[in-house]
Amino acid sequence: MGTLNTEPNIARPDDFYARLLAAHEGKSKAESDAINARLVLILSNHIGDAEVLDQALTLAAQS
Amino acid sequence: MLQDRYKLAYKVYPYERSADQDKPDAVRHPVVIVGGGPIGIATAIDLGQQGIATLVLDDHEGIGMGSRAICFAKRCLEVADRYGCGEPMLHKGVVWNLGKVFHKDDKVFEFNLLPEQGHKYPAFINLQQPYFEKYMVDRLRALQAEGAPVEIRGKNRVDALEVKDDHVVLDVMTPDGPYKVEADWLIACDGASSPLRTMLGHEFTGKVFQDSFLIADIKMKGDLKFPTERWFWFEPSHGQGASTLLHKQPDDVWRVDFQIGWDVDRKEEMKEENIRRRLDAFLGKVDYEMVWSSIYTFQCKRMDSFRHGRVFFAGDAAHQVSPFGARGANSGMQDVDNLGWKLGLVIQGKAPERLLDSYSEERIFGADENILNSTRSTDFITPKSEISKIFRDAVLSLAGKATFARPLVNSGRLSVPCVYDGLSLNGPDALAGGPARTRVGAPMVDAPVDGAWLLEKLGGRFQLMTIDADAPETLDVDGIAVTRLALSAKGNPELAERYLGEARSAVYLMRPDQHVAARWDQFDADAVRDAVNTATGRT
Ligand SMILES: Cc1cc2nc3c(=O)[nH]c(=O)nc-3n(C[C@H](O)[C@H](O)[C@H](O)COP(=O)(O)OP(=O)(O)OC[C@H]3O[C@@H](n4cnc5c(N)ncnc54)[C@H](O)[C@@H]3O)c2cc1C
Repeated sequence: MGTLNTEPNIARPDDFYARLLAAHEGKSKAESDAINARLVLILSNHIGDAEVLDQALTLAAQS
Repeated sequence: MLQDRYKLAYKVYPYERSADQDKPDAVRHPVVIVGGGPIGIATAIDLGQQGIATLVLDDHEGIGMGSRAICFAKRCLEVADRYGCGEPMLHKGVVWNLGKVFHKDDKVFEFNLLPEQGHKYPAFINLQQPYFEKYMVDRLRALQAEGAPVEIRGKNRVDALEVKDDHVVLDVMTPDGPYKVEADWLIACDGASSPLRTMLGHEFTGKVFQDSFLIADIKMKGDLKFPTERWFWFEPSHGQGASTLLHKQPDDVWRVDFQIGWDVDRKEEMKEENIRRRLDAFLGKVDYEMVWSSIYTFQCKRMDSFRHGRVFFAGDAAHQVSPFGARGANSGMQDVDNLGWKLGLVIQGKAPERLLDSYSEERIFGADENILNSTRSTDFITPKSEISKIFRDAVLSLAGKATFARPLVNSGRLSVPCVYDGLSLNGPDALAGGPARTRVGAPMVDAPVDGAWLLEKLGGRFQLMTIDADAPETLDVDGIAVTRLALSAKGNPELAERYLGEARSAVYLMRPDQHVAARWDQFDADAVRDAVNTATGRT
């Protein structure tokens, strides 16, 4: 059982952020929502660990 | 006065005037069951097999038309097998393994259930509910012919009841007018809208889903046949429903199930021409005959307790689930399996009344699991919010490309029996290395043993199953006889895998309902006595 990594872990943050936005470029709101949902599912599966996912959900739900 | 609420498929218990009706005082019966649906009949068989006098009252004269349930799961069939009517069900039923999931007409993926070998019954069969009920009534009639003290009275409607400390008084309406019946114990199997529940003022709480489904059972004419598979469409582009299910039943009948939304004009939708319009859009140019159709809405609800003194609730009267996952009749059969032996022991004076509370404890545990599963299926099939629809569609769009998303697709989960983990009747789980699937609280898993089926050798009484371990042939625990079933792992690899695991020997204490009460690696008389006492509410 793991712990969610909340420390910086992405090598080139600006590059990643730009790619994230690029994936949504020219998309309608509905298309963007669908991309986000797929992304969440893909990444969640990659993580797999239920504890890590729970911690991520908790963190995300805080606004 | 006694109006039928539905048409009959089989008039198997026509009204006959009973001698009770001519007696000046109400006649007392040890057990009265209200409702001759599948659950009421199964209860009568269970008690009848134990030789306990049982009277069933039903307000109709037989089995209702229209299929309703079509999927009967393994555990339900195993219970029916113990009642002596599983084989005709298996024989008539359709077995399927291949399922296909479509989204907007594209096939997203298909799955094969790949059932585990070495079981008498498959994961489930498709069978029209009237057949299921008919085989049980046939069995009840056979029991009667053998002298079992069971009786069904058709067109006997219970209109009122009065609950006393040690019995219940019923007002029963018949074509010849009213009469009274008394019961030491009453079992309400009077269906989802249970009049008895209402008469007693018990709550039935949970969730109502704002959707309705149109079912059509159709018989194909000509040569065109669909394969024996389960096809499920999410948002089919033929537009005739937000989801659609196609499933095969015996006699070349197919079940088509359209999700049609909440704000529908039921009367309009039920017109044959309108049903045909939907079917034609969906099926294209094929010739078929309509066998049965209905519109249903559903809810996931249960009572707070399934026992109220001398009154028990079982089946749909106690709990209701959505049809996704086929848990209605399947779980009702497990209620009966659970209640029958407990009530039998109490009536025979071998166990304290307290044992009966465990019926509610264990079956509420089961009902909650079923409600959870069927609510989740419903949330997937009919997403309730914008975001849940976004995620649902994301799962479907990924499922074709990435296998990880397939287990997330929920078009109804297979009904599996619950394990009574951590509940009060459980004894010690003291088999080091024993398999988890046969742990204490679990229903027994079938296996071929010495050319026969394990489950055929068990049930209906307390038994000690020994695998390469010694034990006396019988053991009397204050009036409860525990008999031994001596087996060996030698030549029985499935038995070894399902019951020994890493262990070299095992002693299992089995309840009459084929659930594991306790297990050890060796026999110990005191430990077995303690476990029997625990499993019967004596301690
Ligand atoms: C569309 C649909 C599909 C389904 N599919 C499945 C499935 O695939 N698998 C599955 O396991 N389940 C399924 N179910 C659920 C299943 O049909 C029910 O769980 C099952 O019929 C419950 O049996 P029961 O004996 O508890 O109640 P019921 O079958 O409702 O029987 C109750 C009986 O009590 C009688 N009665 C009522 N009031 C009185 C009274 N006052 N006096 C005397 N008698 C009375 C009624 O006439 C009736 O005979 C489905 C249900 C629906 C609607």
